[in-house]
Amino acid sequence: MLDTLVVIGTDGLIYAAWLFLIALGLSLIYGVLRVLNIAHGSFYALGAYAAASLIGLYGQRDFWPYGVYLMIPLAALAVGVVVGPLVERGILRWMYPREPVYQLLATYALFLILEDLTKLIWGVDPIYAYAPYTLLGDVSIGDITYPWYSLLLIGTAVVVGILVSVFIRRTRTGRVIVAMIEDPEMSTALGINVPRMSVLAFSMGTVLAGLGGAMTAPMIAVMPGMGAEVIVLAFAVIVLGGLGSLEGAAVGALLIGFLRAATVHLFPVLELFVIYLVMALVLILRPRGLWGRAEVRRL
Amino acid sequence: MKPRWFWFSGLAFVGLGVMGFVLPRWTVFLLSLALARGLAALSVALLMRAGLVSFGQSLFFATGAYVAAFTVRLFGIREATVLLVGAVVVSMALAALAGLWIARYREIFFAMLSLAFTMILYGWLLKAYWITGGTDGLRIPPPTVLGVTWSVDALRTVLYEVTLACTAVALVLIHLFLESPLGYAVRAVRDNEVRLEYLGSSVWQVIYWTYILAAGLAGLGGVLTALNVGHVDPQLAYWTTAGEFVFITLLGGTESVLAPLIGAVVFEFLRTYALKYAPYTWQMALGGMMLLLIFFMPRGLWTLRHLRFRKALS
Repeated sequence: MLDTLVVIGTDGLIYAAWLFLIALGLSLIYGVLRVLNIAHGSFYALGAYAAASLIGLYGQRDFWPYGVYLMIPLAALAVGVVVGPLVERGILRWMYPREPVYQLLATYALFLILEDLTKLIWGVDPIYAYAPYTLLGDVSIGDITYPWYSLLLIGTAVVVGILVSVFIRRTRTGRVIVAMIEDPEMSTALGINVPRMSVLAFSMGTVLAGLGGAMTAPMIAVMPGMGAEVIVLAFAVIVLGGLGSLEGAAVGALLIGFLRAATVHLFPVLELFVIYLVMALVLILRPRGLWGRAEVRRL
Repeated sequence: MKPRWFWFSGLAFVGLGVMGFVLPRWTVFLLSLALARGLAALSVALLMRAGLVSFGQSLFFATGAYVAAFTVRLFGIREATVLLVGAVVVSMALAALAGLWIARYREIFFAMLSLAFTMILYGWLLKAYWITGGTDGLRIPPPTVLGVTWSVDALRTVLYEVTLACTAVALVLIHLFLESPLGYAVRAVRDNEVRLEYLGSSVWQVIYWTYILAAGLAGLGGVLTALNVGHVDPQLAYWTTAGEFVFITLLGGTESVLAPLIGAVVFEFLRTYALKYAPYTWQMALGGMMLLLIFFMPRGLWTLRHLRFRKALS
C-alpha cells in the first residue's frame, strides 16, 4: 500500500512537472493577451521536433556527450524566437479588437496549419531522440527505479516556474506587463510600448511551450498528432488553476498530475475520464478556477 | 424567409432528391455525410447566433451515433426511423441535463465547458471498451427503413433520401424556431443580454432551450452519419470533430439555416479532393482558408449570395 502511494506520488509529480511546463506558457499568454491559444499545442509539437532534430544532429558529431542537454533550451528558444513574433504580429494583433469567437477560431486555424507544417518538414514517421534520456541512467527511490531524466524534468519545472514568477513580479519589464494587463490605455499614455510588450509576452509563452515539447522529446516517439492531445490537457490545467494565473497553473498541474497517477495505478479505466470530469466540475463550481481572482463583470 | 428563398430551397431539395437516383454511389455517400455534418454545423450556428462558440457539439454527435449502435446491440431494433427518433430524444435529454450548468456560461467558459463535456464522453468511450468497443468502435448492421430490408445497392440511395428528408424537416423546424419570439431572443442574447433581461425575458432560459435544440440537431447528424457509415468510433466525440463543425459553420456562415449546409457540402468535397491530391497538406489548406475567411469574409460563403444581384444592378 505504502509502495503504491510512493509510486503515485512520484509519478504524479513527474506528470505534474511536465504539465506545468506546457500550461505555464498558455496561462501567461491568456493572462497578458486574453487569447486562449489553441495553437499552443502546435508550439509544443514544434519544440519537440526541433529538439529531436538538434539532438540527432549533435549525436552525429564527436562532441562532449553532456552538451546534448544544451540542445533542449536551444530548440525551445529557436521555436519561440521564430514563431512567436511571426504569429503575434502577423495574425493575433488583428484579432484583439474582435470578438473572442474569432480569436479562438484564428488560433484553431493556426493549429491546423502548423500540424501539417510539422508533417511537411519532418515527415510522418516517428522520430526518436533518446540520448539525453539514457545518458543520465537511473536512480533508486526505495524499491522503485526512476530515470534521472524524470527528476531533471521536475527540477526544470521548478526553476522555470520561479524564473517566470520573478520576471513578472520583480523586474521592470515584468511589472510593465502587469500594468499593461490592468489598463492598456493608461499604459500607452505613460509611454509603454504595448505592441512590443505583447510580442514579448507571446514569444515568452511560445518559448515555454517549445521547452515543454523539447523536454518531452527524449521521453517519447515524436510524431504527428501530439499537439492535439496536449492542448486539451493544458486547457484543463489552466482552467483548474484559474485562467491567466501562474500559481494557478502550478496548482492545476499538481492536481491533475496526482489525479492521473492515482487513477492509472488504482482505476486505470477512469484515466482520461477523470481529468475532464474534474475540469467540468471546477468550471461549474468555481469558474474562476481554484486559484483565480474573481473578475467584475463589465456591462 | 422571403418567398424567393423558400422556392429556391424547395426546388434545391427536390433536385437533390432526384440526384440520389442519378449520381454515382460514392457521390451519394459523400452527400449523405455532408448533410449529416451540415446538421451538426447548423447546431453550432444556432448557438453562434447567441454569441456562443461550442467546441463540444461532438458530444451530441457521438451520443446520437452511439445510441443507434447500442439500440441495435441491446434491443436488436434495426428500424432506421426508431433509431433516428431514439438518438434525437437521448441527445436532447442529455442536453437538458448538461444545459442546466452550461447555460450559465459565456465566451471562453462556454467553449471550455462544452469541450470538457465532450472529452468526458470521449474518455469513457475509449476506456470502457467492454461496452463501447474502445478505439475499434462498434459496427452497425444495415438498418431496415420503414420495415423493409433493402438490398445493399438500394440501401445507399434509401439512406441518402432519409438523410435528405431529415435535413429538410430539421431546416424547416429551425427556420420556424428562429422566426419565433424565442428565436429573436436568441439574437438579442448576442446583441445585448442586459437589455433582454430588462425586457423581462430570461436569458438563461433562452440559452437553455437553444442548447437543447442544438443538441437534437447534432444528435440527428450523428445518427445519420452512423447509419450511412455503418460504424461508430470514439473519434466522433474527440474535440477535433467539434472543431470541424465550427470550421464548417464559419465556412458557410450563420445568417441563414441554409448557410451551414452549403458550408458542409463544400467542406466534404473539398476534403475528399484535398485528401486525394494533398494528403499531408489538406489541414494546412483548411487552416489557411479559415484564416482568409476570418480576415476577409467573417460571415462565410453566404456573403457570396449578394454577388450576382450586385452585378445585375451595375
